[in-house]
Amino acid sequence: MRRRPLLRTTYASDAALFPSTTQKVAMVCLGVGAVLAVLGKLPFFGYLGTPEWSLVLARVLIFAIGALGLNILLGLGGQVSLGHAFFLGIGAYTAVVLGGSGAGELWGLELPIWVWLPASGVVAALFGVLVSPIAVRLRGLYLAIVTLGLVFLGLHLFNNMADIAGSPGVGRHWPKLDLRLWKEEQPLLDLTNSGRWFGVDVTGPQKQVLALLVLITVLAFAARNIARTRVGRALAAIRDRDIAAEVMGVAEARYKLIAFGLSSFYAGVAGGLLGAVFQVLTPDTWNLAISIEFVAILIIGGAGTVAGTLLGSAFVVASGQAIKEVTESLSRTADGNGIFHSIADFLVSQGSDFGLVSLQPIGKGLSIFQFNQLFYGVLLVVFMLAEPLGLYGIWVRIRAYWKGWPFTY
Amino acid sequence: MDFTKLAGALWDGFALGALYALLALGFVIIFKATQVVNFAHGALASVGAYLVATLAVERRIPGRWTGGPDWLQWSLSVVLALGFAAVFGLLLERIAIRPMIGQPLFSVAIITLGLDITLRSVLDDFLGQGRALNQPFGLDGFVVGGVNLPHTQIVSTALAFAAFLAVAAFFRTRTGIAMRATAFDQEAAMAQGVRVGRIFATAWAIGAVLATIAGIFAAIYPRGSGNLEAGTALFALRAFPAVILGGLDSVKGAIVGGFIVGIIEVMAAVYLGTDYIGVNLGVGFQTVVPYAVMLVGLLVRPYGLYGTPEVRRV
Repeated sequence: MRRRPLLRTTYASDAALFPSTTQKVAMVCLGVGAVLAVLGKLPFFGYLGTPEWSLVLARVLIFAIGALGLNILLGLGGQVSLGHAFFLGIGAYTAVVLGGSGAGELWGLELPIWVWLPASGVVAALFGVLVSPIAVRLRGLYLAIVTLGLVFLGLHLFNNMADIAGSPGVGRHWPKLDLRLWKEEQPLLDLTNSGRWFGVDVTGPQKQVLALLVLITVLAFAARNIARTRVGRALAAIRDRDIAAEVMGVAEARYKLIAFGLSSFYAGVAGGLLGAVFQVLTPDTWNLAISIEFVAILIIGGAGTVAGTLLGSAFVVASGQAIKEVTESLSRTADGNGIFHSIADFLVSQGSDFGLVSLQPIGKGLSIFQFNQLFYGVLLVVFMLAEPLGLYGIWVRIRAYWKGWPFTY
Repeated sequence: MDFTKLAGALWDGFALGALYALLALGFVIIFKATQVVNFAHGALASVGAYLVATLAVERRIPGRWTGGPDWLQWSLSVVLALGFAAVFGLLLERIAIRPMIGQPLFSVAIITLGLDITLRSVLDDFLGQGRALNQPFGLDGFVVGGVNLPHTQIVSTALAFAAFLAVAAFFRTRTGIAMRATAFDQEAAMAQGVRVGRIFATAWAIGAVLATIAGIFAAIYPRGSGNLEAGTALFALRAFPAVILGGLDSVKGAIVGGFIVGIIEVMAAVYLGTDYIGVNLGVGFQTVVPYAVMLVGLLVRPYGLYGTPEVRRV
């Protein structure tokens, strides 16, 4: 009987992080695979080690951290928020004020990362707590529209705080990701220059991605554990039926406050990291498109699950780079001859001819950025129509098929 | 106290409010009839205005056959574009919204969010640096007691009121009554022989037409540069505060909310400048004033001015 995969005899085994040995092994394999992939040592995926892809991977991981936060709010608590970009911005500017260098008008205290990174999360969480009373008064899509307003208020604020955010359209420099004890010259852990770690050559960008991997492992487990605790169950109850939850004694206002706080904490950390990895960001980075991208990550990946959130961010964020590379290779093919040439020529626009995608930002054909937006916009619709549980739902179906094989259920 | 300035601001706010009210009205009609929160409303407005740019300025349809003064040719193209916009609304409903009947509100709202990104990213590409919409009604206006009333604003406001009356009249027709019945209870309406699917399609067509009118006038003088740009969709987003202030499910509320938001926005632009309050609120602060008003308004009245408080069972 012990071998029956879905048989649970104790509550502890039902609520376990990894209910089966297979899952533990899979997690270890995934971790090792991820590290190898980052270093460019994974067979067939060697290109992931290039600096360009390292930056994409960093973006994937940072967006995954932000999405984990939104998952607590939207996936677990059922509160639709389009204001995530606002909290990312708050976190980013907390990070830059505490950690950045204050040249001229700009504020900056040049404190080390162990101050500014947690602080960016905490300050964003405070703002989240401030917003949460609105969520108690409003339900469902009212909340979505109000949080949408928050993004625009935030954008205006960031654009007009030249002391903090730099001038509009220019932005300012974020602190680097290096670990220092205090303000010493030589960092304790150098994450920006290439070097040797444990006998392996790693470039600066790869080091950053590895550090982010460690961070996201911690944060993902924390997020998963929140779902398993009293808070998580309370939030799930509110999501499923808020009035019923209140009748059963779940303090709605309190748990919504916690949800907003936690979600904004993750968002703030993600914002600070985004600044640190990409170094220069303009004040209008934190716009509605970012908020929608986070919602897209959750919906495409599978709202409510940590694994789905990670899958979704990998898919949505990395697709931009993938689209770019496919377009580049197609535009090379378009110069040749034969049937593939014609197809590629049809798909890619090179200047003035017809094409769906173009490498130039202006002119005929969608730019890479526009095509990427189109891509996840369409996917959002398709997933909602066909598979509301997202990529994670597809995985669950595949798993169920093999679990039950040769029976269909 | 400068009364000319006040009157000018009031008129400007009133004209702006009429545009917001148009957008809000379309949004509320879609919401009431189909229970869909349409985040793609801004995209609808931009698509409609794009149709006008193509028909009126680039292709001169039907102006090239009819001839006549510029404003007449332009207006004919607008009428044609409104027709296309209605068809576009119908198509959108048919393709993306109809399959979602019976799904949770949230899922359908996410679909409209996806539609919004999709439409806007394609449109962004079509627009490029912006498409000319021209200024068929010129840049000048009547001066009444020192207040300048631009011709365009007079046309847009008159058109908006015509649209309000048309919608009011529509609600008294057979289809309109059926739509009200559907809004009240879809199943009961269906049991009475109302073809609910057709009502949904009609609501989207009306929404698209109203959004198009607002989209056009948002892009030309005095609100816009005469060029349709990606920012027009952002203009349409400011109708959300109007909807929320008025109450998500109230037609009257949408119109009242639209005017409130429009007047407050212009009043803020005029009277919250540095020379009045001594503090610089930043460039373009008036565009975020509606959102601030919405936040405050919601804390006082969570369901807006005319919205019905939700009554729910456990």
